[in-house]
Amino acid sequence: MTVTRRHDATLQLSRRGFLTLGASSLFFTSWNMASWRPATLQTPDSLPGTGPSGRLWDPSRAGRPVDPVTARDNDAAIQAIEKRIRCTCGCNQDVYTCRTTDFTCTTSPAMHRRVLALAAAMHRRVLALAAQGRTAEQIIDAFVKENGVAILMAPPRRGFNLAGYFVPSLAILAAGVILTLVLRRWTRAAGREPAVSPHVDVAASPEELERLDRELEKFSL
Amino acid sequence: MTVLGNLCLWLAFLVGIWGALAGFVGGLRGQPELRQSARHAVFAMCAALLVAVFSLEWALFQHDFNVEYVAAYTSQNLPVFYTWSALYAGQKGSLLFWATVLSLFGSLAMVFTARRHREYLPYVAAVVCSVAAFFISVMLFAHANPFRRLPYTPLDGSGLNPQLQNPGMVFHPPMLYLGYISITIPFAFAMAALLSKRLDVDWLVAIRKWTLLSWLFLSIGICLGMWWAYVELGWGGYWAWDPVENASLLPWLTMTAFLHSVMIQEKRGMLKKWNLALIIGSWLLSIFGTFITRSGVISSVHSFTQSNVGYFFLFFLIAAGTASFALYATRLPLLDAEARLESMVSREASFLFNNLLLVGIAFSVLWGTLFPILSELVQGTKVTVGPPFFNQVNIPLGLALLGLTGVGPLVAWRRASLPNLRRQFAVPATVGAFTLLVLLVGGMRDFSALMAIGLGAFVLATVVQEFARGAGARHRQYGEGYALALGRLLARNRRRYGGYIVHTGIVILFIAFAGMAFKTETEATLRPGESVSLKSPYGWTYTFTHLGISQYDALNRQVTAATVEVYRNGKKTGILTTEKRQHVDALGRPTFQPSTEVGIISDVREDLYGVLAGVVGGTEQAVFRFTINPLVWWVWYGGMIVALGGVIVMWPGGTPAVRRTQAGYAVKLVGEGT
Repeated sequence: MTVTRRHDATLQLSRRGFLTLGASSLFFTSWNMASWRPATLQTPDSLPGTGPSGRLWDPSRAGRPVDPVTARDNDAAIQAIEKRIRCTCGCNQDVYTCRTTDFTCTTSPAMHRRVLALAAAMHRRVLALAAQGRTAEQIIDAFVKENGVAILMAPPRRGFNLAGYFVPSLAILAAGVILTLVLRRWTRAAGREPAVSPHVDVAASPEELERLDRELEKFSL
Repeated sequence: MTVLGNLCLWLAFLVGIWGALAGFVGGLRGQPELRQSARHAVFAMCAALLVAVFSLEWALFQHDFNVEYVAAYTSQNLPVFYTWSALYAGQKGSLLFWATVLSLFGSLAMVFTARRHREYLPYVAAVVCSVAAFFISVMLFAHANPFRRLPYTPLDGSGLNPQLQNPGMVFHPPMLYLGYISITIPFAFAMAALLSKRLDVDWLVAIRKWTLLSWLFLSIGICLGMWWAYVELGWGGYWAWDPVENASLLPWLTMTAFLHSVMIQEKRGMLKKWNLALIIGSWLLSIFGTFITRSGVISSVHSFTQSNVGYFFLFFLIAAGTASFALYATRLPLLDAEARLESMVSREASFLFNNLLLVGIAFSVLWGTLFPILSELVQGTKVTVGPPFFNQVNIPLGLALLGLTGVGPLVAWRRASLPNLRRQFAVPATVGAFTLLVLLVGGMRDFSALMAIGLGAFVLATVVQEFARGAGARHRQYGEGYALALGRLLARNRRRYGGYIVHTGIVILFIAFAGMAFKTETEATLRPGESVSLKSPYGWTYTFTHLGISQYDALNRQVTAATVEVYRNGKKTGILTTEKRQHVDALGRPTFQPSTEVGIISDVREDLYGVLAGVVGGTEQAVFRFTINPLVWWVWYGGMIVALGGVIVMWPGGTPAVRRTQAGYAVKLVGEGT
């Protein structure tokens, strides 16, 4: 049998060779058809745009690499402590908010590690569950000792800081008392005086009223 | 074009100074030519500044990177939308925007002020020209000229900060600016009233629309700011008591107080001194906000770059405050009340307590914002005043204010009788108490949330009662169907019923804020196919399954997107996509640190909020933070209802009787229900 390849030479192929070639092509084509293959779980790694074996095509585009989350990162007591400590990166946020929001910040993760280290060290010392609150205070005190009171998200309630907490409430309370006293004096004075209305109903004719309405219509912005 | 822009700045500055002089002198001496010239100066200044804005926009769109401002805030591949908004993205451009909008508002005031208020206009022109000239002087003399050229031309600009590349940021700053700027017009009229000694109700009538407009812009600006913070910053909240956020809240609070207390002056001729002080205070607070944002005196995530501009603002704030209150002090004898308060149980008294709380909250926010500076002065130690402080001080005050929101409109003017009180309060108080009981039985134990929802129910019941009674009265009197009666009720007395709609929006906001008390969140490291579960406050279990990460290029950024499938109690709820974005310039060079885009699935009950914190070791193993935020949807819709109510109140028209009343004519003092 002669198989002619277009435009170039002639390829000599026997009948047996032709059948073998055809059968092998059919076999390999069918092997590559998804529905004939054995069922294997398609991992999401093979989604378009990703690299092989679960690696990203360009990891540098995904921001700063992060460490896997541990159970202690989700510990409510640790988070509560971190919500009371200010991140020193200049973001004006607490450590917890900064480390779970600004993923370019390297300060808040470091402060988080410090909190975890202090908590671990103190946990070894504190056995009783009831003393956990004390542990939190000790961790915060350690931060204050190292960085000053500005490290706290709210000033400690002592000395001049008490003014910070109570001046607004006291001022409003005092203003409320003064307002009440003034109002009482006014109402008593008003009780003695005949009621005088500041605006007297205008005794206007329908024409005058209509004119006033027209003018107001004209003047409204 | 930048030469033209520079020339226009100088021209506007000189015209502004002339307008200020001509207005004050012409007004005080009664010289018509100078008065006319001051008015024209406002128009001329506005035209010059509009040309300057056009010149800067031209440079931005032409990518003229030789202009320092253009190079600092745009790049060739920045989307057109953000190229336009770069006008106010930076310190210098925003100063130009401020001055231009002020001159535009000034011109509108010149054109639209009714004939009978024209006597104020020379002074109004003078104040507008003075303030605008100050802003232009900052640009010209404080190294803040947006037209400054560089000694070289960069190949591409630095681009806009990724966090500003968000639709919320396109609208939020101009809305806040519009709010801040438009307060200048009521302030200018207040100064005009003081200078001309025409301190009757006229100046209040002249500024009514302007005060509402500023309040509306501030309200919308604050809500858009909250929305932007929520969808863009990724911390899962919308209000952090940041100094710059506080600065926008301060004039809003005092303006809200004014909008209530002005009713007492209009109806009873009382509180003249207080209303003037509120307008002056609101304007000074708007300048204070600008000072805080631009000076860097208090650290804030929102601040512009630290510069010497702050000193200019501090000087202006002190000078303007001293001059305004000195003038105010000289006119105090002319500001005596025309009527007396007749009863402690009256709408006037309840509005006074409402004012006390609004101004008290403003004071506590200001106090907290400035306390770090005060502490450093007094005890030499800088302290941090963050959300725990503000929440502790302001939540009880806010709840008291919410309660008064319901009380005020139900108490009669002048004197409320006991039967009147019983009739008005029986249903709303029952609704509030019943709601509280249901919540307690349902297991809610958070005190603030309980009070917010209970008081909210009480206030909503007062609003519904008012609408129902009004519509019922129309139905009985005119035979109208209830829907028509409701529509006409609103249309005929927009100020009153629009105000109730604003109250409804405020209640919704408070209830939505209470929802955040039940926020839950977790961090998780997930490989593709792995899941984490989180319990919602409603008792549902949400499962977040990490599907995988894809990377692709977009217009001006390289995106790493993580896709997460979300199930509620095993039933698929949706797909949540959160991204890391590395912005690049037209040459493919990274321009900023990678930013994070939040993925949100929102419904009326709660928001599912996912953040891609990063990847582990360059693989698809990713760290996520998932948060369930209850009732956040209602913050945005509450804000929209507030804005809708504000627009209804502002809408021109109403019945002739209402217009006459609002204009200060023929006010009939009725016992109740007015």
